[in-house]
Amino acid sequence: MRVLKLIFKNALRHKLRTSLTILGMAIAVMAFGVLRTVVDMYYEGLEATAANRLITRHSVSFVFPLPISYRDQISKISGVETVSFANWFGGTYKDKNNFFARMGADPETIFEVYPEYLISAKELETFKQERNSCIVGSEIAKQYGFKIGDIIPLDGDIYPGKWEFVVRGIYKPRDKSTDATQMFFHWSAIDERMKVEMPRRAGNVMWYIIKIKDPAQAATISEQVDALFKNSSNSTKTETERAFTQGFISGASSLLDAMNAVSYIIIGIIMLVLGNTMIMSARERTCEYAVLKTLGFSGGHLFGLVFGESLFISVLGAGVGVLLTYPVVAGIAALVPKGFFPYFFITPTTLIIAASAALMVGIAASIFPIQRALRTKIVDGLRFAG
Amino acid sequence: MANTVIQVQNVSKSYWRDSFEIPVLNDITIEVNEGEFFGLMGPSGSGKTTLLNLIAGIDRPSKGNIVIGGVDIAKLSESALAKWRSQHVGFVFQFYNLLPVLTAFENVELPLLLTSLSKAERKKHVDLALDVVGLGDRTRHYPKQLSGGQEQRVAIARAIVTDPTLLVADEPTGDLDKHSAEEIMTLLERLNKEYKKTIVMVTHDPRAVEKATVVHHLDKGELS
Repeated sequence: MRVLKLIFKNALRHKLRTSLTILGMAIAVMAFGVLRTVVDMYYEGLEATAANRLITRHSVSFVFPLPISYRDQISKISGVETVSFANWFGGTYKDKNNFFARMGADPETIFEVYPEYLISAKELETFKQERNSCIVGSEIAKQYGFKIGDIIPLDGDIYPGKWEFVVRGIYKPRDKSTDATQMFFHWSAIDERMKVEMPRRAGNVMWYIIKIKDPAQAATISEQVDALFKNSSNSTKTETERAFTQGFISGASSLLDAMNAVSYIIIGIIMLVLGNTMIMSARERTCEYAVLKTLGFSGGHLFGLVFGESLFISVLGAGVGVLLTYPVVAGIAALVPKGFFPYFFITPTTLIIAASAALMVGIAASIFPIQRALRTKIVDGLRFAG
Repeated sequence: MANTVIQVQNVSKSYWRDSFEIPVLNDITIEVNEGEFFGLMGPSGSGKTTLLNLIAGIDRPSKGNIVIGGVDIAKLSESALAKWRSQHVGFVFQFYNLLPVLTAFENVELPLLLTSLSKAERKKHVDLALDVVGLGDRTRHYPKQLSGGQEQRVAIARAIVTDPTLLVADEPTGDLDKHSAEEIMTLLERLNKEYKKTIVMVTHDPRAVEKATVVHHLDKGELS
């Protein structure tokens, strides 16, 4: 107990220096946590993908549409359970900054292929029956105050003009990684208007969502779908939802790699900060360590004193840093438009990495001071003036 | 006839600075009997502290033997020597060398942490040691709250708390005013006479050495 007390008292001997070290570590751990959370949230989309969903799009680019007639042909492939489809609507809700995904979808099947979007049977039924209705995710409903019966006005860009949809349902996410920031309305609402205003764009969908019975058949079914339209002017590319999402993320991969690298550089900085403090402390205490050795304290005791102090500071810094990370992440989540990061939370992995890193930093920062304390001869230590 | 506690036999000690060998002690032979107050005088650089360090087992001779209580300490391993020091030697330094973050009580208790004594037993020993040096009422004070003389008395309490065979004191009055120095020397004399402690003291203060029962002079690494 006395040794623990000595560790504690040593750590708090220079209160300002220790406080600044702990604060520096806390800020670094917090920065690490925030960066890791941003990177994690990009990849969290991959985790949220389902193994039994395939996405079929135009083979050239996502922006080229596919005929609605493909649906029936895809449905006939063995192993296909449900075929749904959607169009990216784009548009603006009041202000350009109010970003969230707005899609024209098939009301009959969209919630069947996405069972993680939880919607009451009554709301879904009403949605299916009213062509000008929409369903929104609970996150954007909360953010913009949407309620059942509200009218959401949209200014179209991909599909020009003024659009209005009545909220008939609010879906909830099944779990933390489910995107609750989307708005779905009837694909037919877009299509009907296109038939009148821009007939050339009628009858098109941007992608198909195919729910298959057996995820093990994903590759075979993908090949079969693409083979169906191989020689047409609208050939397709079918892939798993995970591969499709990964394609989006890869565009930002350099940025994510950079953020990843910076997060680990931060750990290096933490080590330098704590290492510097520990080296200064050990240097100042050279004479005291010599006195302890003189009294008969062993190398193990000195190891415990220096190591304990380093660990005490690093754990305290990491603890404060983790505690700071929560409000900062919550603040960022509140500031960034919901649609940009559909979910923004600290993953257990980030906490484990931060805690492990702090532990490793505590160990690494004590190596040199321990070496110095053990190697210094008693007579040299007693002569040391600091 | 008194028992010989310390036998320093043909001891030489040199230090190396870069590639230069610097001789400090040259073929020293001395004996200290049990209960003796052995004073070692000499000018700065004469090697008296080096000799004290060798006797105390915190340095090793280049040549010769040092036998304390029948144990040739020059032949002990580092860990065995550390254990031997904790059991047989009490140290008093010129600059007290108390740990500033610990109270007087905790500083005195330090050597006892290496023993198997219980907390209650440790407290008994510490209280007794502080009473002997006249600081029984200052147990909760930190070193910075004590005068130089009081700090040295705490250091002496720390040195005697394990009831060691031998007390070594390196310039114990070197950092003190005249009055405090006298108090410390009186205390050391009392420990020698009343508690029969064998003391080896290094000093260049003629007043301090008056309390010693045997005095040797060291000059340029040789006894004179």
